[in-house]
Amino acid sequence: MVKNRVVCYFSASQSEQPIIFRLARDYDLVINIIKADINPQKEGYLVVELSGDKQSYENGLNYLRDLGVRVEPLSQTVVWHEDVCIQCGACTSFCPTGALVITDRETMEVTFDNEKCIVCAMCLDCCPTRAVELHFEVA
Amino acid sequence: MAVKRTYEEINEKIRKGQAVVVTAEEVIGLVEEKGYTRAAQEIDVVTTGTFGPMCSSGVMINFGHSNPRIKMKRVWLNGVEAYGGLAAVDAYIGATQLPDNDPENKVYPGKFTYGGGHVIHDLVARKPLRLEAISYGTDCYPRKKLETVITLDDVNEAYLFNPRNAYQNYNCAVNLGDRTIYTYMGVLKPRMGNASYSTSGQLSPLLNDPYYRTTGIGTRIFLGGGVGYVAWYGTQHHPNVPRGENGVPLTGAGTLAVIGDLKQMSPEWLVGASFIGYGATLFVGIGVPIPILDEEMLRYTAVKDEEIFCPVVDYSEGYPYCKPNDLGSVNYRDLRSGRVNILGKEVPTTPMSSYPRARKIAQILKEWIQSGRFEITCPVQPLPSADADIVFRSIPERGVNDLNNRR
Repeated sequence: MVKNRVVCYFSASQSEQPIIFRLARDYDLVINIIKADINPQKEGYLVVELSGDKQSYENGLNYLRDLGVRVEPLSQTVVWHEDVCIQCGACTSFCPTGALVITDRETMEVTFDNEKCIVCAMCLDCCPTRAVELHFEVA
Repeated sequence: MAVKRTYEEINEKIRKGQAVVVTAEEVIGLVEEKGYTRAAQEIDVVTTGTFGPMCSSGVMINFGHSNPRIKMKRVWLNGVEAYGGLAAVDAYIGATQLPDNDPENKVYPGKFTYGGGHVIHDLVARKPLRLEAISYGTDCYPRKKLETVITLDDVNEAYLFNPRNAYQNYNCAVNLGDRTIYTYMGVLKPRMGNASYSTSGQLSPLLNDPYYRTTGIGTRIFLGGGVGYVAWYGTQHHPNVPRGENGVPLTGAGTLAVIGDLKQMSPEWLVGASFIGYGATLFVGIGVPIPILDEEMLRYTAVKDEEIFCPVVDYSEGYPYCKPNDLGSVNYRDLRSGRVNILGKEVPTTPMSSYPRARKIAQILKEWIQSGRFEITCPVQPLPSADADIVFRSIPERGVNDLNNRR
Protein backbone atom coordinates (compact mmCIF):
# COMPACT_ATOMS: atom_id res chain seq x y z
CA MET A 1 0.00 0.00 0.00
CA VAL A 2 1.10 3.50 -0.83
CA LYS A 3 -0.48 6.62 0.64
CA ASN A 4 0.77 10.01 -0.41
CA ARG A 5 -0.34 13.60 -0.58
CA VAL A 6 0.38 15.30 -3.87
CA VAL A 7 -0.35 18.62 -5.55
CA CYS A 8 -1.55 18.38 -9.14
CA TYR A 9 -1.24 21.52 -11.23
CA PHE A 10 -3.31 21.45 -14.39
CA SER A 11 -4.03 23.69 -17.37
CA ALA A 12 -7.36 24.76 -18.85
CA SER A 13 -7.62 21.86 -21.29
CA GLN A 14 -6.86 19.33 -18.57
CA SER A 15 -9.40 20.78 -16.19
CA GLU A 16 -12.19 19.70 -18.53
CA GLN A 17 -11.30 16.02 -18.29
CA PRO A 18 -12.69 13.65 -15.66
CA ILE A 19 -9.26 12.97 -14.19
CA ILE A 20 -10.37 12.01 -10.71
CA PHE A 21 -13.00 9.66 -12.04
CA ARG A 22 -10.42 7.83 -14.21
CA LEU A 23 -7.94 7.63 -11.36
CA ALA A 24 -10.56 5.95 -9.25
CA ARG A 25 -12.07 3.67 -11.89
CA ASP A 26 -9.11 2.75 -14.08
CA TYR A 27 -6.35 2.82 -11.47
CA ASP A 28 -8.29 1.72 -8.42
CA LEU A 29 -6.99 4.51 -6.21
CA VAL A 30 -8.70 5.90 -3.14
CA ILE A 31 -8.78 9.65 -3.60
CA ASN A 32 -9.35 12.21 -0.88
CA ILE A 33 -9.53 15.73 -2.28
CA ILE A 34 -8.11 18.00 0.39
CA LYS A 35 -8.21 21.26 -1.48
CA ALA A 36 -8.95 22.36 -4.99
CA ASP A 37 -9.01 25.64 -6.81
CA ILE A 38 -9.65 26.63 -10.40
CA ASN A 39 -9.10 30.21 -11.49
CA PRO A 40 -11.31 32.02 -14.04
CA GLN A 41 -8.88 30.95 -16.79
CA LYS A 42 -9.70 27.37 -15.81
CA GLU A 43 -6.18 26.62 -14.63
CA GLY A 44 -5.89 25.22 -11.19
CA TYR A 45 -4.53 22.80 -8.68
CA LEU A 46 -5.71 19.89 -6.63
CA VAL A 47 -4.30 18.77 -3.34
CA VAL A 48 -5.17 15.10 -3.05
CA GLU A 49 -4.33 12.16 -0.90
CA LEU A 50 -3.91 9.08 -3.09
CA SER A 51 -3.79 5.58 -1.73
CA GLY A 52 -3.70 2.19 -3.40
CA ASP A 53 -1.27 -0.64 -4.07
CA LYS A 54 2.16 0.36 -5.25
CA GLN A 55 1.69 -0.59 -8.91
CA SER A 56 -1.69 1.17 -9.22
CA TYR A 57 -0.25 4.25 -7.57
CA GLU A 58 2.67 4.38 -10.04
CA ASN A 59 0.35 3.76 -13.00
CA GLY A 60 -2.04 6.46 -11.79
CA LEU A 61 0.75 8.98 -11.44
CA ASN A 62 2.08 8.09 -14.90
CA TYR A 63 -1.41 8.59 -16.32
CA LEU A 64 -1.49 12.09 -14.81
CA ARG A 65 1.98 12.93 -16.10
CA ASP A 66 1.13 11.66 -19.58
CA LEU A 67 -1.80 14.04 -19.62
CA GLY A 68 0.60 16.86 -18.84
CA VAL A 69 -0.56 17.38 -15.27
CA ARG A 70 2.37 18.46 -13.09
CA VAL A 71 2.42 16.26 -10.01
CA GLU A 72 4.47 17.24 -7.01
CA PRO A 73 4.63 15.67 -3.59
CA LEU A 74 3.28 17.76 -0.78
CA SER A 75 4.80 18.31 2.60
CA GLN A 76 4.30 20.62 5.58
CA THR A 77 1.66 22.82 4.13
CA VAL A 78 0.11 24.77 6.97
CA VAL A 79 2.52 26.90 8.94
CA TRP A 80 1.44 28.12 12.35
CA HIS A 81 3.30 31.23 13.46
CA GLU A 82 3.33 30.86 17.20
CA ASP A 83 4.68 34.38 17.69
CA VAL A 84 1.78 35.91 15.74
CA CYS A 85 -0.85 33.70 17.39
CA ILE A 86 -2.63 35.48 20.25
CA GLN A 87 -4.08 32.24 21.64
CA CYS A 88 -7.74 33.14 21.21
CA GLY A 89 -8.55 29.59 20.14
CA ALA A 90 -11.04 30.47 17.40
CA CYS A 91 -9.35 28.03 14.99
CA THR A 92 -9.82 25.06 17.28
CA SER A 93 -13.55 24.76 16.66
CA PHE A 94 -12.97 24.74 12.89
CA CYS A 95 -10.04 22.35 12.66
CA PRO A 96 -11.65 19.00 11.71
CA THR A 97 -8.74 16.81 12.79
CA GLY A 98 -7.71 18.48 16.03
CA ALA A 99 -4.35 19.58 14.61
CA LEU A 100 -4.99 23.02 16.05
CA VAL A 101 -6.33 22.20 19.48
CA ILE A 102 -6.80 23.36 23.05
CA THR A 103 -5.81 20.25 24.97
CA ASP A 104 -5.77 21.75 28.43
CA ARG A 105 -8.99 23.61 29.15
CA GLU A 106 -7.46 25.11 32.30
CA THR A 107 -4.74 27.01 30.47
CA MET A 108 -6.73 27.30 27.19
CA GLU A 109 -3.47 27.30 25.22
CA VAL A 110 -3.56 26.50 21.53
CA THR A 111 -1.10 24.01 20.04
CA PHE A 112 -0.53 22.80 16.48
CA ASP A 113 0.33 19.25 15.44
CA ASN A 114 1.45 19.25 11.83
CA GLU A 115 1.07 15.46 11.61
CA LYS A 116 -2.68 15.74 12.04
CA CYS A 117 -3.14 18.61 9.60
CA ILE A 118 -4.98 17.75 6.38
CA VAL A 119 -4.56 21.22 4.85
CA CYS A 120 -8.25 22.00 4.62
CA ALA A 121 -7.33 25.65 5.30
CA MET A 122 -10.38 26.31 7.47
CA CYS A 123 -8.08 27.91 10.04
CA LEU A 124 -6.87 30.51 7.56
CA ASP A 125 -10.24 32.20 7.33
CA CYS A 126 -11.13 32.22 10.98
CA CYS A 127 -7.78 33.38 12.41
CA PRO A 128 -8.07 37.10 13.26
CA THR A 129 -4.32 37.72 13.36
CA ARG A 130 -3.56 35.54 10.32
CA ALA A 131 -1.18 33.41 12.33
CA VAL A 132 -1.67 30.42 10.02
CA GLU A 133 -0.33 30.40 6.51
CA LEU A 134 -0.61 28.00 3.64
CA HIS A 135 2.72 26.95 2.20
CA PHE A 136 3.06 24.67 -0.76
CA GLU A 137 6.40 23.19 0.04
CA VAL A 138 7.34 20.49 -2.38
CA ALA A 139 9.77 17.84 -1.35
CA MET B 1 -14.01 41.94 63.22
CA ALA B 2 -15.00 42.56 59.61
CA VAL B 3 -12.13 43.68 57.44
CA LYS B 4 -12.05 47.26 56.15
CA ARG B 5 -9.29 48.83 54.10
CA THR B 6 -8.90 52.24 52.53
CA TYR B 7 -7.23 52.95 49.22
CA GLU B 8 -4.50 54.83 51.10
CA GLU B 9 -3.81 51.92 53.45
CA ILE B 10 -3.46 49.57 50.49
CA ASN B 11 -1.13 52.00 48.72
CA GLU B 12 0.97 52.30 51.85
CA LYS B 13 1.47 48.52 51.75
CA ILE B 14 2.20 48.65 48.00
CA ARG B 15 4.89 51.29 48.59
CA LYS B 16 6.48 49.10 51.24
CA GLY B 17 6.33 46.10 48.93
CA GLN B 18 4.07 44.29 51.40
CA ALA B 19 0.78 44.20 49.52
CA VAL B 20 -0.78 40.79 49.05
CA VAL B 21 -1.86 40.62 45.43
CA VAL B 22 -3.50 37.69 43.65
CA THR B 23 -5.15 37.28 40.26
CA ALA B 24 -8.90 36.84 39.80
CA GLU B 25 -8.18 33.18 39.06
CA GLU B 26 -5.96 32.58 42.08
CA VAL B 27 -8.48 34.18 44.43
CA ILE B 28 -10.99 31.41 43.65
CA GLY B 29 -8.71 28.71 45.01
CA LEU B 30 -7.78 30.82 48.04
CA VAL B 31 -11.42 31.34 48.95
CA GLU B 32 -12.11 27.63 48.62
CA GLU B 33 -9.16 26.93 50.91
CA LYS B 34 -9.66 29.66 53.52
CA GLY B 35 -13.21 30.92 53.21
CA TYR B 36 -14.32 34.46 52.43
CA THR B 37 -13.52 36.05 55.77
CA ARG B 38 -9.95 34.85 56.11
CA ALA B 39 -9.18 35.44 52.43
CA ALA B 40 -10.55 38.99 52.75
CA GLN B 41 -8.28 39.59 55.73
CA GLU B 42 -5.22 38.48 53.81
CA ILE B 43 -5.70 39.82 50.28
CA ASP B 44 -5.23 43.50 49.46
CA VAL B 45 -5.69 43.56 45.71
CA VAL B 46 -7.10 41.21 43.06
CA THR B 47 -5.96 41.72 39.48
CA THR B 48 -8.09 41.05 36.40
CA GLY B 49 -7.36 40.83 32.70
CA THR B 50 -8.95 40.66 29.28
CA PHE B 51 -7.55 40.50 25.76
CA GLY B 52 -10.19 40.62 23.09
CA PRO B 53 -11.21 42.33 19.88
CA MET B 54 -12.45 45.81 20.83
CA CYS B 55 -13.64 47.75 17.79
CA SER B 56 -14.35 50.99 19.60
CA SER B 57 -10.67 51.86 19.93
CA GLY B 58 -8.36 54.39 18.35
CA VAL B 59 -5.40 56.69 18.74
CA MET B 60 -5.34 60.48 18.93
CA ILE B 61 -2.20 61.84 17.30
CA ASN B 62 -0.59 65.25 17.06
CA PHE B 63 1.91 64.99 14.21
CA GLY B 64 3.74 68.27 14.85
CA HIS B 65 3.91 70.94 12.17
CA SER B 66 5.51 70.82 8.75
CA ASN B 67 7.27 73.74 7.06
CA PRO B 68 5.39 75.36 5.45
CA ARG B 69 2.51 74.50 7.73
CA ILE B 70 -0.52 72.46 6.66
CA LYS B 71 -4.03 72.32 8.10
CA MET B 72 -4.76 68.68 7.40
CA LYS B 73 -8.20 68.30 5.85
CA ARG B 74 -7.82 64.63 5.10
CA VAL B 75 -5.02 62.49 6.46
CA TRP B 76 -3.92 58.88 5.89
CA LEU B 77 -1.53 56.53 7.66
CA ASN B 78 -0.40 53.65 5.43
CA GLY B 79 -3.38 54.44 3.22
CA VAL B 80 -5.90 54.23 6.08
CA GLU B 81 -7.72 57.47 6.71
CA ALA B 82 -7.66 59.12 10.11
CA TYR B 83 -10.29 61.67 11.13
CA GLY B 84 -8.78 65.11 10.65
CA GLY B 85 -11.73 67.34 11.52
CA LEU B 86 -9.80 68.81 14.44
CA ALA B 87 -7.01 71.35 14.77
CA ALA B 88 -4.39 71.54 12.00
CA VAL B 89 -2.22 68.52 12.79
CA ASP B 90 -4.44 66.54 15.16
CA ALA B 91 -6.07 63.35 13.90
CA TYR B 92 -7.82 60.28 15.29
CA ILE B 93 -7.19 56.89 13.72
CA GLY B 94 -9.96 54.39 14.45
CA ALA B 95 -9.43 50.63 14.71
CA THR B 96 -12.00 49.62 12.10
CA GLN B 97 -11.10 52.17 9.42
CA LEU B 98 -10.23 50.56 6.06
CA PRO B 99 -7.98 51.75 3.23
CA ASP B 100 -9.89 53.81 0.63
CA ASN B 101 -9.33 51.14 -2.02
CA ASP B 102 -10.14 48.09 0.12
CA PRO B 103 -12.31 45.60 -1.80
CA GLU B 104 -14.40 45.19 1.38
CA ASN B 105 -17.12 42.59 0.78
CA LYS B 106 -17.23 43.03 -3.00
CA VAL B 107 -15.69 39.59 -3.24
CA TYR B 108 -17.53 37.98 -0.36
CA PRO B 109 -16.34 37.23 2.24
CA GLY B 110 -13.74 40.02 2.23
CA LYS B 111 -10.36 39.49 3.84
CA PHE B 112 -9.83 42.91 5.46
CA THR B 113 -6.11 42.27 5.64
CA TYR B 114 -5.17 45.77 6.77
CA GLY B 115 -7.05 48.50 8.62
CA GLY B 116 -6.87 50.99 11.46
CA GLY B 117 -6.14 48.28 14.04
CA HIS B 118 -3.10 47.21 12.01
CA VAL B 119 -1.96 50.84 11.71
CA ILE B 120 -2.11 51.16 15.50
CA HIS B 121 -0.24 47.84 15.86
CA ASP B 122 2.49 49.06 13.46
CA LEU B 123 2.61 52.47 15.12
CA VAL B 124 3.15 51.04 18.60
CA ALA B 125 5.70 48.57 17.14
CA ARG B 126 7.58 51.71 16.01
CA LYS B 127 7.48 50.70 12.37
CA PRO B 128 7.79 53.51 9.80
CA LEU B 129 4.37 54.57 8.50
CA ARG B 130 3.51 56.49 5.33
CA LEU B 131 1.82 59.76 6.29
CA GLU B 132 -0.18 61.60 3.63
CA ALA B 133 -2.31 64.70 4.05
CA ILE B 134 -4.14 67.11 1.80
CA SER B 135 -5.63 70.53 2.43
CA TYR B 136 -7.02 73.58 0.68
CA GLY B 137 -4.42 76.07 1.90
CA THR B 138 -4.98 79.12 4.08
CA ASP B 139 -2.93 82.21 4.77
CA CYS B 140 -1.64 80.70 8.00
CA TYR B 141 -1.43 77.10 6.68
CA PRO B 142 -0.41 77.47 3.03
CA ARG B 143 0.67 73.89 2.32
CA LYS B 144 -1.78 71.75 0.34
CA LYS B 145 -0.10 68.38 0.21
CA LEU B 146 2.20 66.38 2.45
CA GLU B 147 3.74 62.97 1.97
CA THR B 148 6.34 61.58 4.32
CA VAL B 149 7.33 58.67 6.52
CA ILE B 150 6.99 58.83 10.30
CA THR B 151 7.33 56.63 13.36
CA LEU B 152 5.76 56.87 16.80
CA ASP B 153 8.87 58.67 18.05
CA ASP B 154 8.39 61.49 15.53
CA VAL B 155 4.95 62.61 16.72
CA ASN B 156 4.29 64.94 19.64
CA GLU B 157 1.52 63.03 21.36
CA ALA B 158 -0.11 59.72 20.62
CA TYR B 159 -2.63 58.49 23.09
CA LEU B 160 -4.92 55.55 22.89
CA PHE B 161 -8.46 56.66 23.57
CA ASN B 162 -10.99 53.88 23.32
CA PRO B 163 -14.62 54.96 23.70
CA ARG B 164 -15.87 51.46 24.53
CA ASN B 165 -13.75 48.61 25.90
CA ALA B 166 -13.95 45.83 28.46
CA TYR B 167 -17.61 45.01 27.91
CA GLN B 168 -19.08 43.53 31.05
CA ASN B 169 -20.37 40.23 29.68
CA TYR B 170 -21.38 39.64 26.07
CA ASN B 171 -23.57 37.51 23.82
CA CYS B 172 -22.80 33.95 22.88
CA ALA B 173 -23.27 33.97 19.11
CA VAL B 174 -24.83 31.21 16.99
CA ASN B 175 -26.18 30.94 13.47
CA LEU B 176 -29.63 29.41 13.03
CA GLY B 177 -29.60 29.98 9.27
CA ASP B 178 -28.55 27.49 6.64
CA ARG B 179 -25.43 29.19 5.27
CA THR B 180 -22.11 30.13 6.89
CA ILE B 181 -22.10 33.73 8.08
CA TYR B 182 -19.18 36.07 8.77
CA THR B 183 -19.64 38.30 11.79
CA TYR B 184 -17.75 40.35 14.35
CA MET B 185 -18.12 37.24 16.51
CA GLY B 186 -16.15 35.27 13.91
CA VAL B 187 -17.24 32.68 11.38
CA LEU B 188 -20.53 31.07 12.39
CA LYS B 189 -21.38 27.74 10.84
CA PRO B 190 -24.97 27.08 9.73
CA ARG B 191 -27.59 25.30 11.81
CA MET B 192 -25.83 26.17 15.05
CA GLY B 193 -22.58 24.49 13.96
CA ASN B 194 -20.62 26.48 16.53
CA ALA B 195 -21.14 29.02 19.29
CA SER B 196 -18.69 31.87 19.70
CA TYR B 197 -18.12 33.92 22.82
CA SER B 198 -15.83 36.76 23.75
CA THR B 199 -14.91 37.44 27.34
CA SER B 200 -12.33 36.20 29.78
CA GLY B 201 -15.11 35.22 32.22
CA GLN B 202 -13.85 34.90 35.78
CA LEU B 203 -10.76 36.97 34.85
CA SER B 204 -12.68 39.80 33.19
CA PRO B 205 -12.44 43.25 34.86
CA LEU B 206 -16.09 44.24 35.16
CA LEU B 207 -17.30 40.72 35.95
CA ASN B 208 -15.17 40.96 39.09
CA ASP B 209 -16.56 44.35 40.09
CA PRO B 210 -20.15 43.94 38.96
CA TYR B 211 -21.48 47.17 40.50
CA TYR B 212 -18.35 49.26 39.66
CA ARG B 213 -17.67 49.85 43.36
CA THR B 214 -13.94 50.36 42.87
CA THR B 215 -13.68 50.84 39.09
CA GLY B 216 -14.61 54.40 38.19
CA ILE B 217 -13.45 57.53 36.46
CA GLY B 218 -9.74 57.97 37.09
CA THR B 219 -8.99 54.34 37.94
CA ARG B 220 -5.42 53.47 36.93
CA ILE B 221 -5.28 50.31 34.82
CA PHE B 222 -3.08 48.09 32.63
CA LEU B 223 -3.75 49.25 29.08
CA GLY B 224 -2.06 47.87 25.98
CA GLY B 225 1.01 46.81 27.92
CA GLY B 226 1.41 50.19 29.62
CA VAL B 227 -0.40 52.27 32.19
CA GLY B 228 -3.77 53.81 31.32
CA TYR B 229 -6.82 55.20 33.03
CA VAL B 230 -10.57 54.84 32.98
CA ALA B 231 -11.64 58.10 31.31
CA TRP B 232 -15.40 57.79 31.49
CA TYR B 233 -18.07 55.14 31.28
CA GLY B 234 -17.92 53.57 27.84
CA THR B 235 -20.45 54.12 25.08
CA GLN B 236 -23.50 51.85 25.40
CA HIS B 237 -22.82 51.61 29.17
CA HIS B 238 -26.09 50.09 30.33
CA PRO B 239 -25.77 48.94 33.92
CA ASN B 240 -29.48 48.59 34.71
CA VAL B 241 -29.96 45.15 33.16
CA PRO B 242 -31.10 41.89 34.79
CA ARG B 243 -28.47 40.50 37.15
CA GLY B 244 -27.89 37.23 38.93
CA GLU B 245 -27.92 36.89 42.74
CA ASN B 246 -24.16 37.49 42.71
CA GLY B 247 -24.73 40.86 41.03
CA VAL B 248 -23.24 39.74 37.72
CA PRO B 249 -25.22 41.00 34.72
CA LEU B 250 -26.91 38.27 32.68
CA THR B 251 -26.26 40.15 29.44
CA GLY B 252 -23.96 42.87 28.10
CA ALA B 253 -24.00 45.74 30.61
CA GLY B 254 -21.27 48.15 31.73
CA THR B 255 -18.42 49.35 29.52
CA LEU B 256 -15.32 51.50 29.99
CA ALA B 257 -13.84 54.37 28.03
CA VAL B 258 -10.09 54.15 28.56
CA ILE B 259 -7.13 56.37 27.82
CA GLY B 260 -3.35 56.12 27.98
CA ASP B 261 -0.08 57.21 26.42
CA LEU B 262 0.60 54.98 23.40
CA LYS B 263 4.34 55.65 23.57
CA GLN B 264 4.71 53.43 26.63
CA MET B 265 2.50 50.62 25.29
CA SER B 266 3.57 47.49 23.44
CA PRO B 267 2.65 45.72 20.17
CA GLU B 268 2.20 42.53 22.18
CA TRP B 269 -0.92 43.98 23.81
CA LEU B 270 -2.38 46.00 20.92
CA VAL B 271 -2.74 43.64 17.97
CA GLY B 272 -4.39 44.43 14.64
CA ALA B 273 -6.93 41.85 13.54
CA SER B 274 -8.94 40.89 10.45
CA PHE B 275 -12.39 39.36 10.73
CA ILE B 276 -13.20 37.68 7.45
CA GLY B 277 -16.36 39.09 5.88
CA TYR B 278 -16.64 41.68 8.65
CA GLY B 279 -13.70 44.06 8.87
CA ALA B 280 -10.55 45.12 10.64
CA THR B 281 -10.27 45.71 14.37
CA LEU B 282 -7.85 45.78 17.28
CA PHE B 283 -7.22 43.30 20.08
CA VAL B 284 -6.73 45.35 23.26
CA GLY B 285 -5.23 44.14 26.52
CA ILE B 286 -6.80 45.59 29.65
CA GLY B 287 -6.25 44.76 33.31
CA VAL B 288 -8.03 46.43 36.20
CA PRO B 289 -6.84 46.12 39.81
CA ILE B 290 -9.58 45.59 42.36
CA PRO B 291 -8.78 46.72 45.89
CA ILE B 292 -10.29 44.46 48.54
CA LEU B 293 -11.85 47.22 50.62
CA ASP B 294 -14.00 44.71 52.49
CA GLU B 295 -15.36 41.19 52.33
CA GLU B 296 -18.03 42.23 49.85
CA MET B 297 -15.36 43.13 47.27
CA LEU B 298 -13.64 39.83 47.88
CA ARG B 299 -16.88 37.96 47.24
CA TYR B 300 -17.25 39.74 43.92
CA THR B 301 -13.72 38.89 42.82
CA ALA B 302 -14.13 35.22 43.75
CA VAL B 303 -16.74 34.77 41.03
CA LYS B 304 -16.26 31.59 38.98
CA ASP B 305 -16.91 30.84 35.31
CA GLU B 306 -19.88 28.63 36.20
CA GLU B 307 -21.55 31.55 37.99
CA ILE B 308 -21.40 33.85 34.96
CA PHE B 309 -24.15 33.46 32.37
CA CYS B 310 -24.60 35.03 28.97
CA PRO B 311 -27.49 34.98 26.51
CA VAL B 312 -27.33 32.92 23.32
CA VAL B 313 -28.12 35.14 20.34
CA ASP B 314 -28.80 34.17 16.73
CA TYR B 315 -26.68 36.22 14.31
CA SER B 316 -28.41 35.06 11.13
CA GLU B 317 -31.64 36.96 11.84
CA GLY B 318 -32.03 37.73 15.53
CA TYR B 319 -29.13 40.18 15.87
CA PRO B 320 -29.08 41.85 12.43
CA TYR B 321 -32.83 42.39 12.29
CA CYS B 322 -33.31 42.99 16.02
CA LYS B 323 -35.69 40.04 16.38
CA PRO B 324 -35.91 38.87 19.96
CA ASN B 325 -35.52 35.10 20.07
CA ASP B 326 -35.04 33.33 23.38
CA LEU B 327 -32.33 30.71 22.96
CA GLY B 328 -31.60 30.53 26.67
CA SER B 329 -28.30 31.24 28.34
CA VAL B 330 -25.05 29.40 28.93
CA ASN B 331 -22.27 29.72 31.49
CA TYR B 332 -18.58 30.30 30.91
CA ARG B 333 -17.41 27.02 32.41
CA ASP B 334 -19.35 25.18 29.71
CA LEU B 335 -18.23 27.61 27.01
CA ARG B 336 -14.62 27.11 28.03
CA SER B 337 -15.00 23.32 28.06
CA GLY B 338 -15.24 23.34 24.26
CA ARG B 339 -18.84 22.13 24.02
CA VAL B 340 -22.04 23.67 25.19
CA ASN B 341 -25.63 22.54 25.23
CA ILE B 342 -28.03 24.88 23.44
CA LEU B 343 -31.67 23.86 23.03
CA GLY B 344 -30.67 20.23 23.56
CA LYS B 345 -27.90 20.29 20.96
CA GLU B 346 -24.19 19.83 21.71
CA VAL B 347 -22.44 22.74 20.03
CA PRO B 348 -18.65 23.25 19.74
CA THR B 349 -17.53 26.60 21.15
CA THR B 350 -15.37 29.21 19.46
CA PRO B 351 -13.52 31.56 21.81
CA MET B 352 -12.79 35.01 20.36
CA SER B 353 -11.07 36.53 23.37
CA SER B 354 -7.72 35.08 24.47
CA TYR B 355 -7.90 33.45 27.89
CA PRO B 356 -4.14 32.72 28.13
CA ARG B 357 -3.38 36.36 27.32
CA ALA B 358 -5.97 37.57 29.85
CA ARG B 359 -4.28 35.45 32.49
CA LYS B 360 -0.90 36.90 31.56
CA ILE B 361 -2.23 40.46 31.91
CA ALA B 362 -3.57 39.73 35.39
CA GLN B 363 -0.19 38.23 36.23
CA ILE B 364 1.78 41.23 34.91
CA LEU B 365 -0.45 43.69 36.76
CA LYS B 366 0.01 41.63 39.92
CA GLU B 367 3.79 41.87 39.53
CA TRP B 368 3.62 45.61 38.92
CA ILE B 369 1.67 46.12 42.13
CA GLN B 370 3.85 43.74 44.16
CA SER B 371 6.98 45.53 43.02
CA GLY B 372 5.58 48.89 44.12
CA ARG B 373 5.59 50.49 40.67
CA PHE B 374 1.80 50.60 40.31
CA GLU B 375 -0.48 52.12 42.94
CA ILE B 376 -4.24 51.79 43.00
CA THR B 377 -6.56 54.77 42.67
CA CYS B 378 -9.77 55.86 44.30
CA PRO B 379 -12.19 56.83 41.49
CA VAL B 380 -12.73 60.57 41.06
CA GLN B 381 -16.34 59.80 40.24
CA PRO B 382 -18.20 56.48 40.22
CA LEU B 383 -19.70 55.06 37.02
CA PRO B 384 -23.49 54.88 36.78
CA SER B 385 -24.43 51.55 38.37
CA ALA B 386 -27.38 49.17 38.54
CA ASP B 387 -29.65 51.82 40.08
CA ALA B 388 -29.14 54.15 37.11
CA ASP B 389 -32.01 54.97 34.83
CA ILE B 390 -30.29 54.58 31.47
CA VAL B 391 -32.36 53.83 28.39
CA PHE B 392 -30.67 51.82 25.64
CA ARG B 393 -31.69 53.83 22.61
CA SER B 394 -32.03 52.98 18.94
CA ILE B 395 -31.86 55.35 15.99
CA PRO B 396 -35.27 56.81 15.16
CA GLU B 397 -35.94 56.61 11.41
CA ARG B 398 -38.01 59.60 10.46
CA GLY B 399 -39.22 60.64 7.04
CA VAL B 400 -38.13 63.93 5.48
CA ASN B 401 -41.67 65.23 5.98
CA ASP B 402 -41.28 64.97 9.73
CA LEU B 403 -38.36 67.37 9.49
CA ASN B 404 -40.27 69.80 7.28
CA ASN B 405 -43.28 69.78 9.58
CA ARG B 406 -41.15 70.83 12.50
CA ARG B 407 -39.74 73.90 10.80
